[in-house]
Amino acid sequence: MRQYVIGFLLSIYLTVTAYLMVTHHLFGGWALVAAIVSLALIQLVVQLVFFLHLGRESKPRWNLLIFLFMLMVVIIVVFGTLWIMANLSYHHHHSMSPGDTTNFIIKDEGYKK
Amino acid sequence: MSRSFAVPIDTNTKTLFGFWVYLMTDCVLFASLFATYAVLHNNTFGGPAGKELFSLPFVLVETLILLASSFICGLAVLAAHRQDRKMVLVWFALTFALGVAFLGMELSEFHKLAAEGNSWHRSGFLSAFFTLVGTHGLHIATGLLWMGIMMVQTMRRGLTAPVVRRLTLLSMFWHFLDIIWIFIFTIVYLMGAIPV
Repeated sequence: MRQYVIGFLLSIYLTVTAYLMVTHHLFGGWALVAAIVSLALIQLVVQLVFFLHLGRESKPRWNLLIFLFMLMVVIIVVFGTLWIMANLSYHHHHSMSPGDTTNFIIKDEGYKK
Repeated sequence: MSRSFAVPIDTNTKTLFGFWVYLMTDCVLFASLFATYAVLHNNTFGGPAGKELFSLPFVLVETLILLASSFICGLAVLAAHRQDRKMVLVWFALTFALGVAFLGMELSEFHKLAAEGNSWHRSGFLSAFFTLVGTHGLHIATGLLWMGIMMVQTMRRGLTAPVVRRLTLLSMFWHFLDIIWIFIFTIVYLMGAIPV
């Protein structure tokens, strides 16, 4: 029971803090983004531990292991998506002419001209 | 802390683990929707961005409602493990009410957006928004349906071992949805309000 109350109170605190940081614009830009994302990650851990009891199981800790595996997949999918889409966007906005592109490929692939 | 259980927890280990694996795949699903939202959130196509559309106080209330429902759900499961049928029904009824309140608020937000012409057709940003937040909302609706069924099962069959197991699975699902919402709240609504 105490688990849930602690988790609940911590979560409220973390939520309201993030909310007030944004509405009162305590600081700006990327620092603020970093702050609220950190608060979200802390709340994630709080709810995982206090509501879902992750990491509390007796060994072998399969739930924890599968969770970490999911995190790895998520990091690859999200980071990979952002990288690829940024790269695509860059190339769409900074295209070379067809002639330049051809020459670039020839040089890059190592074809004999 | 000493607790007594009607059934040994080990009976359910495999089922609970299997459901946990399912929840992990659902995380990957939401991750891809978040990635899509991240890519598209600035593609407003001349239309409004999050800043113009979201009401932060409204979303804070939504968030606290869902958080409270997750907490109450935890109390319901504790009641189930000590075979307290009456409190299971009370707590789950309360969880359900809070869930309906959340969903009602979300549907009203969606309706307002659509009525003003800002539906998912309007821009890439809105497409991604409705898909991400809408998928979460669909999960909530499904959870509420499951909750209704479980309350009926509890009333009619009592807290048998299978019923307690299903209530535990339902609570895992409900806690998971609140966790996903933390990130929607932070990344969609709070970050939407920050000039970056």
